[in-house]
Amino acid sequence: MSPRNDAIGVVDYGMGNLRSVGKALESLGFDVKVTSDASVLDGCRGLVLPGVGAFRDCMENLRKGGLLPFLSDYLSQGRPFLGICLGLQLLFSESEEFGRHEGIGFLSGKVVRFPAGMTEPRQGGGERRLKIPHMGWNRIDVTMDHPVFDGIETGSSFYFVHSYYVVPDDPAVVAARSSYGIDFTAAVGLGNRLAVQFHPEKSQSAGLRLLSNFGRLSREAG
Amino acid sequence: MLARRIIPCLDVAGGRVVKGVKFLDLKDAGDPVEVARRYDLEEADELVFLDITASHEHRGTIIDVVSRTAEQVFMPLTVGGGVRTVDDIRALLKAGADKVSINTAAVFRPEFVREAAERFGSQCTVVAIDARAVPGTPGRWEVYTHGGRKATGIDAVEWAARMEASGAGEILLTSMDRDGTRDGYDIPLTRAISDRVGIPVIASGGVGNLEHLADGLTAGGADAVLAASIFHYGEYTVAQARDFLRDRGIPVRPKTTAR
Repeated sequence: MSPRNDAIGVVDYGMGNLRSVGKALESLGFDVKVTSDASVLDGCRGLVLPGVGAFRDCMENLRKGGLLPFLSDYLSQGRPFLGICLGLQLLFSESEEFGRHEGIGFLSGKVVRFPAGMTEPRQGGGERRLKIPHMGWNRIDVTMDHPVFDGIETGSSFYFVHSYYVVPDDPAVVAARSSYGIDFTAAVGLGNRLAVQFHPEKSQSAGLRLLSNFGRLSREAG
Repeated sequence: MLARRIIPCLDVAGGRVVKGVKFLDLKDAGDPVEVARRYDLEEADELVFLDITASHEHRGTIIDVVSRTAEQVFMPLTVGGGVRTVDDIRALLKAGADKVSINTAAVFRPEFVREAAERFGSQCTVVAIDARAVPGTPGRWEVYTHGGRKATGIDAVEWAARMEASGAGEILLTSMDRDGTRDGYDIPLTRAISDRVGIPVIASGGVGNLEHLADGLTAGGADAVLAASIFHYGEYTVAQARDFLRDRGIPVRPKTTAR
């Protein structure tokens, strides 16, 4: 049993900008520990798995850091968890990004790329090609009554940057949807766990609201 | 539907915003962090910091600016200017930047863009292209480096396609003919590059009014519009720009309701 602390743990596995999510939670008054030490993370009240970069590299870094068994255990215990971007995709069984790669496999389903050649009607006629990555602010439809979405209405906009999206086998885990050429899963939820494709730490007030909800959930349930 | 983005750009030198910023209610209009906070309140979609510090010895100041901004402002932040090495990128991302813009260094050593994309991901690798029309040859633009002072002989449209193939996730396209003129973006240039590449294009250079923003997004086909002076001098707020674009039927982000 790890020593308990009152912080929210941010899993540091050497990928991307981890500073923002930690700073955002701190600005909301929460204690944060950004670390790769599984025993410290295990003692936290809630866990954030951020992620920027390539799926394969992230899995490789988690494996090298010895974090995979810890993450699987943590997720199976139903404790407060927030996955962000790649931290959503990594929960699934496999990804087709640069070949086929196994994920953590907490949820069954896969991670696929937006199809090439998607278009939308161009103003004034004709078609406009949709660019990949899907980069920028898009609205979400909240489809699950989840405590971390408290006060966040359908139609709220969040900042996305991704070329791949998740396709869960079980539609019941879908917590929010969005649309970019096609409809895709923007969040999955299961009990105290939520994972989102967008970046709450980059989504101004709506994102801070979501992080604040997660911090509160962690205090209460973690 | 994905919203088109409105991106204020701050030129930073020696840790201060230059070119003058005239927000009336700011205590210190030259502090980039305070200006960033103001744009955050106005719900700008992203921010770009352009480090125009001449000498390499002062690079530390932009790191400090990014780091202080990232502690207070929770929106996407791109930093450009003088990015030459993988270490430069790592330091900026570590300080809290989300994307880094590469300009002159990409022309000198195109592999640098691939290295950056492989190491940090295409999503944070922006290539900035400064282009100028080739006189007497309509539909041709040439890439310039060193802040638009040195011609390279490289065709700008071909260059954009090559940078996409090298792993760039976004193109920041500035017309050197229009920069500072307030005559509007170079629409044919913007359209030519936006049609050519499958990654997002940010139009830059020449904005003098809100009509120009709309033109860049519709006729120019850009995914985002960058502007400096129309916002800095308080002529327009970001909210006014967004309302104007919405009235034109352009998809923009609705005002946030969650507080």
